[in-house]
Amino acid sequence: MRYAYYPGCSLKGTGKAYEESLLSVFRTLGVELHEIEDWNCCGATSYSSVHNSAAFALAARNLALAEPLRMDLVAPCAACYLVLEKTKRYIRNHPHLDERVRRGLQAAGLRYEGNVRVRHPLDVLVNDVGLDAVRAKVKRPLDGLAVAPYYGCQVVRPYSTFDHQTYPVLMDRLLEAAGAKVVRYPLKTKCCGGSLTGTQPDVGVRLAWFLIREAKKRGADVIATLCPLCHFNLDSYQDKIARTCEKVSVPTVYFTQLLGLAFGHSEKSLGLHRNIVSAHAALASRSLATAG
Amino acid sequence: MEHRADEPRIGVYVCHCGSNIAGKVRVAAVAEAAALLPGVVVSRDSKYMCSDPGQEMIQQDIREHALNRIVVASCSPLLHEETFRKATERGGLNPYFFQMVNLREHDSWVHEDADAATEKAVDLVRAAVRRVRFHRALEKTEVPVHPDVLVVGGGIAGIHAALTLADAGKRVYLVEREPTIGGHMARFDKTFPTLDCAACILTPKMSSVKAHPNITLWTYSDVTSVSGYVGNFKVVVRRRPRYVREDLCVGCLECIDACVYKEGRVPDEFNAGLGKRKPIYIPFPQATPQVVVVDPASCIRVKTGKCKSTCVEACDRDAIVFDQKEEIREIEVGAIVVATGFETFDAARIPQYGLGVYDDVYTSLQVERMVNSSGPTLGEVRLKNGSTPRSIGIIHCVGSRDQKTNRWCSRVCCMYSLKLAHLLKEHTGAQVYNFYIDIRAAGKGYEEFFDRLREEGVNFIRGRVAEITDWTMTPEEEGRLVIRVEDTLAGFVRRIPVDMVVLAVGLEPAHDAQEVRRVLNIGCSNEGFFMERHPKLAPVETFTEGIFLAGCCQGPKDIPDTVAQAGAAAAAALALVDAGRVELEPNTACVVDEACSGCKTCVALCPYTAISHDRERGKAAVNGALCKGCGTCVAACPSGAIRQNLFEDDQIFGEIEGVLVHA
Amino acid sequence: MKPVRQTIKYEAERDPNFAREIAAIPGCENLPSCFQCGTCSAACLVSTFMDYTPRRVIALTRSGFKDEALRCQTIWLCTSCYACTVECPKEIQITNIMYALKQRAIREKVYPKGFSIPVLAQEFYKLVLKRGRSTESWLVIRLFWRTNILKILGMARLGLNLLRTGRMSFRADSIRQTRELQRLLEAAEAEKGMAK
Ligand SMILES: Cc1cc2nc3c(=O)[nH]c(=O)nc-3n(C[C@H](O)[C@H](O)[C@H](O)COP(=O)(O)OP(=O)(O)OC[C@H]3O[C@@H](n4cnc5c(N)ncnc54)[C@H](O)[C@@H]3O)c2cc1C
Ligand code: SF4
Ligand code: SF4
Repeated sequence: MRYAYYPGCSLKGTGKAYEESLLSVFRTLGVELHEIEDWNCCGATSYSSVHNSAAFALAARNLALAEPLRMDLVAPCAACYLVLEKTKRYIRNHPHLDERVRRGLQAAGLRYEGNVRVRHPLDVLVNDVGLDAVRAKVKRPLDGLAVAPYYGCQVVRPYSTFDHQTYPVLMDRLLEAAGAKVVRYPLKTKCCGGSLTGTQPDVGVRLAWFLIREAKKRGADVIATLCPLCHFNLDSYQDKIARTCEKVSVPTVYFTQLLGLAFGHSEKSLGLHRNIVSAHAALASRSLATAG
Repeated sequence: MEHRADEPRIGVYVCHCGSNIAGKVRVAAVAEAAALLPGVVVSRDSKYMCSDPGQEMIQQDIREHALNRIVVASCSPLLHEETFRKATERGGLNPYFFQMVNLREHDSWVHEDADAATEKAVDLVRAAVRRVRFHRALEKTEVPVHPDVLVVGGGIAGIHAALTLADAGKRVYLVEREPTIGGHMARFDKTFPTLDCAACILTPKMSSVKAHPNITLWTYSDVTSVSGYVGNFKVVVRRRPRYVREDLCVGCLECIDACVYKEGRVPDEFNAGLGKRKPIYIPFPQATPQVVVVDPASCIRVKTGKCKSTCVEACDRDAIVFDQKEEIREIEVGAIVVATGFETFDAARIPQYGLGVYDDVYTSLQVERMVNSSGPTLGEVRLKNGSTPRSIGIIHCVGSRDQKTNRWCSRVCCMYSLKLAHLLKEHTGAQVYNFYIDIRAAGKGYEEFFDRLREEGVNFIRGRVAEITDWTMTPEEEGRLVIRVEDTLAGFVRRIPVDMVVLAVGLEPAHDAQEVRRVLNIGCSNEGFFMERHPKLAPVETFTEGIFLAGCCQGPKDIPDTVAQAGAAAAAALALVDAGRVELEPNTACVVDEACSGCKTCVALCPYTAISHDRERGKAAVNGALCKGCGTCVAACPSGAIRQNLFEDDQIFGEIEGVLVHA
Repeated sequence: MKPVRQTIKYEAERDPNFAREIAAIPGCENLPSCFQCGTCSAACLVSTFMDYTPRRVIALTRSGFKDEALRCQTIWLCTSCYACTVECPKEIQITNIMYALKQRAIREKVYPKGFSIPVLAQEFYKLVLKRGRSTESWLVIRLFWRTNILKILGMARLGLNLLRTGRMSFRADSIRQTRELQRLLEAAEAEKGMAK
């Protein structure tokens, strides 16, 4: 299985561990990723706040770069995933926008014909690789590890190409295949605070707190995420939450890190050492910690 | 004045329809243009052609100007074709020497530009003028009408229609799919807005149905085919085996006690899944007929043939017969009343509302059963854990007014939610919150009922609930269901903890409405409810003559409206069968024997099985009574051997030329 | 005591074209069909903190109260999580309308003072325009430089944590074809005919 790969800015920075664990899990499952040459920032939510057609043109450059590879394009960051998917749909459905984007791409010597399929790794793992193939690679089942499955917003919304918009279940199924105990988590698609944690902490940090508090109440050992921003918000602000809201703490990990652990990879190779709130103790309590 | 009979002398009348047409089309100009067309002797415009003076004008012109063809350019033929044909006839002409042009729906209502609309009007009138000269005199045929009537569906609509017809002396067949009649109403405790007891007003009507000498009641039965035509329908009814002889069972219910299942195992349909029943059961104490039924899906005897069948022994009238087979009955009727009702929206389609996820989320139908003193809890309102709810949220518009599920307003949920609020408060003393988008209380006494509820202290919060969750934030929310809603009148979002949630599910077409529609050959509107012939002027008729609609199968409505419509449908059916004879339109197809090659292409294509193949002559033949004039065969015949009255080639070509030639 | 203000609205305070202009933006077409049910507000977690609920922002926009719609905090608190959009029974894409209002507010320079969110959006925009990629550390420094330099001290602990775990660097990332990218963006932003 081969895919074009769009890492996005976060996976090269704060979300490094996501890329490390994703690559190592995909390697085990025989999934090849081909990073597209000279990709640029997708524009995230901020760019759309400033200029509409430029935001679409910015994202479209990546689609144009990916198209010649003739492979589905994997975008692990939820924001990138959504922006690319949205761009694709909008230039298909709004001729006026399409014309502007086309003009922009042309100025950079590029063209996009509308043939790139944008995929999230969760979709690839469940629908292309399959739960059986995942199960077959499990060496150390995550027995007894209670996981709160946190999907966040932009992987399932607004388009929901592969799961329910408000109550998605595919990550639940995937983690169960790896042996984890998935807790019922009604906040699974609520907002993590997005960039408000930084710009408006009185709001953003409280949103993150809601999520952590509820995961704790539901007995979760860890929260599993599939987006670098969700991970960042839940992992990096726990000291602030303790100071301003409540002393409550649950380590947050990428779903790919959990899969990697089940496949027998080391914590280090999965980037688990990069967590600010370490998951080591939680994993050790279920005899899942690895040396180093 | 003498005129050659074959020389067309055409009168053209252009109607203003008040400002409906004249507001866009310059009618006087159209009449002037028409006056110049070949064959046109008289051309006039008039404010309302359908009025008495308008019709009188046609008659007078026919006499004075020896007109032999009439064209009226006005509204839809659906509305007034018959009116003008009659006027033509009164003027002394064959009514089919008339042609109608629709300048309203086809022109003034759909165009912006007055010049273009006027030009189009002239084109359409020219087409009709060219067409009408080829019209021929036609005669209607008359056929006798069978006096019996079929009513399909035994809810309050079907019951009321059947009783009305039977009381008028007609023989009525009432076919009901379920083991009992009564429909949804039989499940309610009280009915809005008067809060009268549903059973008290319904059960007497149900027993009258059973007892009426003119009514043949077939429950547990389906209509499987309908053929024929107005006044002369042939209907096939399948009576499913209930494994109990209706003529012997007296409803003593000994068999149910004796069943090898000591406890009920199967979710009870009548109680909307709230209770459990056994494989042999009676839906509810007043079921009509008072006859038990065996459910083949859960009865061990029916499924495997191996069971002690203690029920059989328990019955001292030998009414239980496991070798009962389905019966096919064929009947003839003159008219059919369709009253197949509605189904409620499946609230699990909105997972945000937690039906099936949280214990104490119920549908309104379940709560109707819960507050019913003869229901599964004997009228006790209890949570799953046995306690009495202290606060209850009722959510309106579940599966109504929503692009993702059903777009329409279900019309009765507001009112029944008010009713349930009252009953729940009365039964439990709980705080009750109604969450609504708009309150639709437009019936007689309804707004007053709403007033009463406010006085009783029910909390009305204007906002559509986004979510019901067990995610709690405060100690008072702990262990309860939290409703997240914007109080749109106050302008902020609220979290309201409750112990019990009631989902006011909307009304939708029955799951098999499409099948029923095909069997009966009637139409339905976009959302799937059966379509009336005209929303205002023919609300119980369908596009198939002789078939009438009553109750919620035509669209959501409450019991008062349902009963009114059922009465109207019964009256319309009566008018038909009492007349004893019915005229058939002559717009039928007929085979030109010399051209027919006997290939039978048409026979299979006719949707009304009106064409047969005469083996002896090797030709096809159309039964004029069955033919609905759809034209399928005319278009399909490879030899061009079928022609159709009022759609002859010369007429159609004349019309086409008229539009295209800017003469 | 808070000073008493006049709250009545006169027709002259309305911009009668505003709703039409917003609804003309791709993805905002359904604006007129809102029936004010408030599902969007209740689906939105951030509405807990907003000055106007999302429903009210829709109402203000639709009625042409442009000033209120553009100056409110709500549009800047919206995190674009699309919770409202997928729940709206009239299929109004509220998130897109929020974006449209943000763009308009930036264009008309009317966003609330002392609010760092619009500043971040613009800094982000500039950084990406320049380098084609975003680097969190740069953004944060630029942001606080422009809003409240003292706040940076409060962020020090987080910064150190990120440096310690190897997740932050002060080297700004960049793509190779920055020239082409700038041309691309200029051409897309330009009104028809200006592109070259
Ligand atoms: C929860 C709830 C509470 C309500 N409360 C009130 C109230 O208090 N007051 C009020 O005025 N209205 C109330 N209504 C509305 C009321 O239920 C309807 O107005 C009424 O039931 C309509 O009657 P009907 O005969 O048209 O349909 P139904 O009651 O649905 O009866 C249709 C019958 O046809 C049968 N049937 C269906 N398909 C076939 C078929 N193919 N062949 C043979 N038989 C078939 C069905 O089994 C059923 O017996 C309420 C509705 C709901 C959902
Ligand atoms: S009747 Fe009331 S509750 Fe029912 S759909 Fe209409 S508005 Fe909603
Ligand atoms: S959910 Fe939709 S219809 Fe309801 S208030 Fe919000 S935008 Fe309007």
